[in-house]
Amino acid sequence: MTITNPGGLGQWTEERRGEQAGQKVATMRVWRGDATGGRFEEFEVPFEDGEVVLDILHRIQATQASDLAVRWNCKAGKCGSCSAEVNGKPRLTCMTRMNIFEPGAPITVNPLRTFPVIKDLVTDVSFNYEVAKKIPPLKTGPPAGPDGHHRMFQQDIDRGQEFRKCIECFLCQNVCHVIRDHEENKAHFAGPRFFIRLAELEMHPLDTEDRTNLSQDAFGLGYCNITKCCTEVCPEHIHITDNGIIPLKERVMSAKYDPISRVIRAIRRKK
Amino acid sequence: MIERETHTYDVVVIGAGGAGLRAAIEASGNGAKTALVCKSLLGKAHTVMAEGGIAAAMGNVYAEDNWKVHFRDTMRGGKFLNNWRMAQLHAQEAPERVWELENWGALFDRTPDGRILQRDFGGHRYARLAHVGDRTGLEMIRTLQQNLVGVGQVDVFMECTMVELLRDDSGAVCGAFGYWRPTGEFISFACKAVVMATGGIGRAWKVTSNSWEYSGDGHAMALRAGAELIDMEFIQFHPTGMVWPPSVRGLLVTESVRGDGGVLKNKFGDRFMFNYVPDLFRKETAETEEEADRWYKDHSAARRTPDLLPRDEVARAINSEVKAGRGTPHGGVFLDVSSRLPADVIRRRLPSMYHQFLELADVDITKEPMEIGPTCHYTMGGIRAEAETEAATIPGLFACGESAGGMHGANRLGGNSLSDLLVFGKRAGEAAAQYAAGTSGAPSVPETQVTDAVRGVLGPFERVEGENPYVVLQDLQEMLHNLVGIIRTEGELKEALEMFHSLKDRASKVRVTGTRAYNPGWNTSIDLRNMLMVAEGCTKAALLRRESRGGHTRDDYPAPDPEFAKINHAVRYENGEVTVTATPLPQMPDDLRQIVEENPE
Repeated sequence: MTITNPGGLGQWTEERRGEQAGQKVATMRVWRGDATGGRFEEFEVPFEDGEVVLDILHRIQATQASDLAVRWNCKAGKCGSCSAEVNGKPRLTCMTRMNIFEPGAPITVNPLRTFPVIKDLVTDVSFNYEVAKKIPPLKTGPPAGPDGHHRMFQQDIDRGQEFRKCIECFLCQNVCHVIRDHEENKAHFAGPRFFIRLAELEMHPLDTEDRTNLSQDAFGLGYCNITKCCTEVCPEHIHITDNGIIPLKERVMSAKYDPISRVIRAIRRKK
Repeated sequence: MIERETHTYDVVVIGAGGAGLRAAIEASGNGAKTALVCKSLLGKAHTVMAEGGIAAAMGNVYAEDNWKVHFRDTMRGGKFLNNWRMAQLHAQEAPERVWELENWGALFDRTPDGRILQRDFGGHRYARLAHVGDRTGLEMIRTLQQNLVGVGQVDVFMECTMVELLRDDSGAVCGAFGYWRPTGEFISFACKAVVMATGGIGRAWKVTSNSWEYSGDGHAMALRAGAELIDMEFIQFHPTGMVWPPSVRGLLVTESVRGDGGVLKNKFGDRFMFNYVPDLFRKETAETEEEADRWYKDHSAARRTPDLLPRDEVARAINSEVKAGRGTPHGGVFLDVSSRLPADVIRRRLPSMYHQFLELADVDITKEPMEIGPTCHYTMGGIRAEAETEAATIPGLFACGESAGGMHGANRLGGNSLSDLLVFGKRAGEAAAQYAAGTSGAPSVPETQVTDAVRGVLGPFERVEGENPYVVLQDLQEMLHNLVGIIRTEGELKEALEMFHSLKDRASKVRVTGTRAYNPGWNTSIDLRNMLMVAEGCTKAALLRRESRGGHTRDDYPAPDPEFAKINHAVRYENGEVTVTATPLPQMPDDLRQIVEENPE
């Protein structure tokens, strides 16, 4: 069901439309509701060249529905707060320019589907924060430098830095088919965001821990069948699959199935 | 009793940016049962937007660098109004705090011999900023967040807004009251100490690099609880914010662009900064473009470029160029790195800027100059805190990071914020834990204060008519931009004070609809009160300071006045009024004064 001009403050009227003469007007279909259900509501919103979808959502708050729930912080693609699905595609609304849409065609905005809705465009992403708690943190050895500080070389940290560009927008988690339509998998699957976190720790020059088996057993790396949906939506253009997940899978393979390491493990167990 | 969730802790840290995270880690590490409460999700606070780096005299690039030079640069950048002891502790302890981050997993860019690389920044004599491309803040907040979560001793309350501090009969802080944003349900903490780490108040200005969170909540809660703020007239306008298209006006363009070689030009292509070198920095600033360019290659061969003067100087210069008609079509000036560095170096050193301009402004910074202009960026003033412990002027309250005052004086140097968060976050967390350990008895929550706070926040739902809080907010932002902006006059400041009357009246009558669950309109109606209270303090302090110094420029008093160099303005909230009084600036000992006054040649 679609409702035009919903209640709330600053009802859209013909006079106000007149005041904005000469401006472009977008038809926004924004999902509104909560855990019990909801629907798309339609808003007619004036906009200027150069604006992004988040600007339009803010304008709805300021003029038509002050209680429209949206998360945002930096408005520059750096914090990963304003994720939503725009015309069905997962995006950061602060980096989605209005000029990419066909003029006059309605633009739909709905919350990320993989996470439970709290209200309107805001979802409960606590799953991600729970997974983060389970990852064994970095453990460093003694510093190598004569000054008592570590030494690391740029070429050895390039890959780790790529993973650490992650802004935790959770778009990769949202599109991952293992959990997108399978709530039951969340209990034993960490998702692409945390596979690159695991990969980053495993490739960290100072780290002394081993999380290889854990990646497979506790975090469900094996469920990933490399469809690369996560890489496609990453706003930081991190090569999640090629540089993170595949090398991690290779490490699991050699640790678990490589005959030499199996022998070493067997000896260690006997001790 | 107001229906709500209640919790008891030794230490409650409000705000989870760099300062709050570092404070919580330290409080908990010192044995205090600690809660960390923040308005957004963890890892989304303002620190995540910091770009350039963390200033710390590690001497990795220039071995001549040490804490004394850093201290000197900080005091001169702050126009000598800094709390000298804070500036000293900051310069001495920053390197240790950076190495600690590395030990916790941060991956800083490297020197060829494997140490932490450091970059040039405005006002810093040597290349001093530890960094990760132009996303240092992200690296810092993520490292702190991962350490805190990994150790697992701190309880985190995300999307939970604190509204008021609670005080016991003796006046000491004994808790805090607020609401969960997702549900709108109320929550209170009983605790022995509160660490305020809530950031600044830049959301109250129209053109700003700050997000919705920066509404001066900590400043206002501290004021209402009886604490004192200082130096609130000093607001930093970062010289380089985006100006076009309107949607991105104010978004930060990192100082690293200039640190790595970019230069400012007016519409005629002139490098105008050479015409704006103040006497204080003349001896150490290049006189010709040729000399400035030589400095970029070797700091011992020439003097530094005026493009890297402290931010207050550069912001004023840009303002003057635009006013004189030498600006760009959209009212800024040009910042050009395309003619200075190869495209691949720009993309590697400034990836976020490349991305930001390409995606939001259709500008390829490897091929064409950026259009930039000043944007409200940082609040130098804040809660008055004791240098060693960050204790505020009321018992049980501690403050660190941007919400605390003193460290940066009249103007903050770029890079000194991230280091400030770490150094004083740690100190505040440690001191709060010790204070809590020395406080006997279980804290309890005074019910009447909670009842009053609830009455204050629920009003907007009860009205049948009234304005949308966003409309009042936009008018406040417009007013501060026009009347309490980068250049100020007595007439305009007085006009602003008049306008506060009507804005406060309107804010007290706003109406919101819907329920309390994730209702940004309602949340804004509460934040608005804080912004009005703190911005009024800024305006009153600005009116009283009849001189120009750092982030406070008066058209009617264009020069610094030695008499004003001796005072801080203290802001208090007494009998329902925001008041400002002059208090003496603590004087530094002679050995430190010598360091500051030395003129290195």
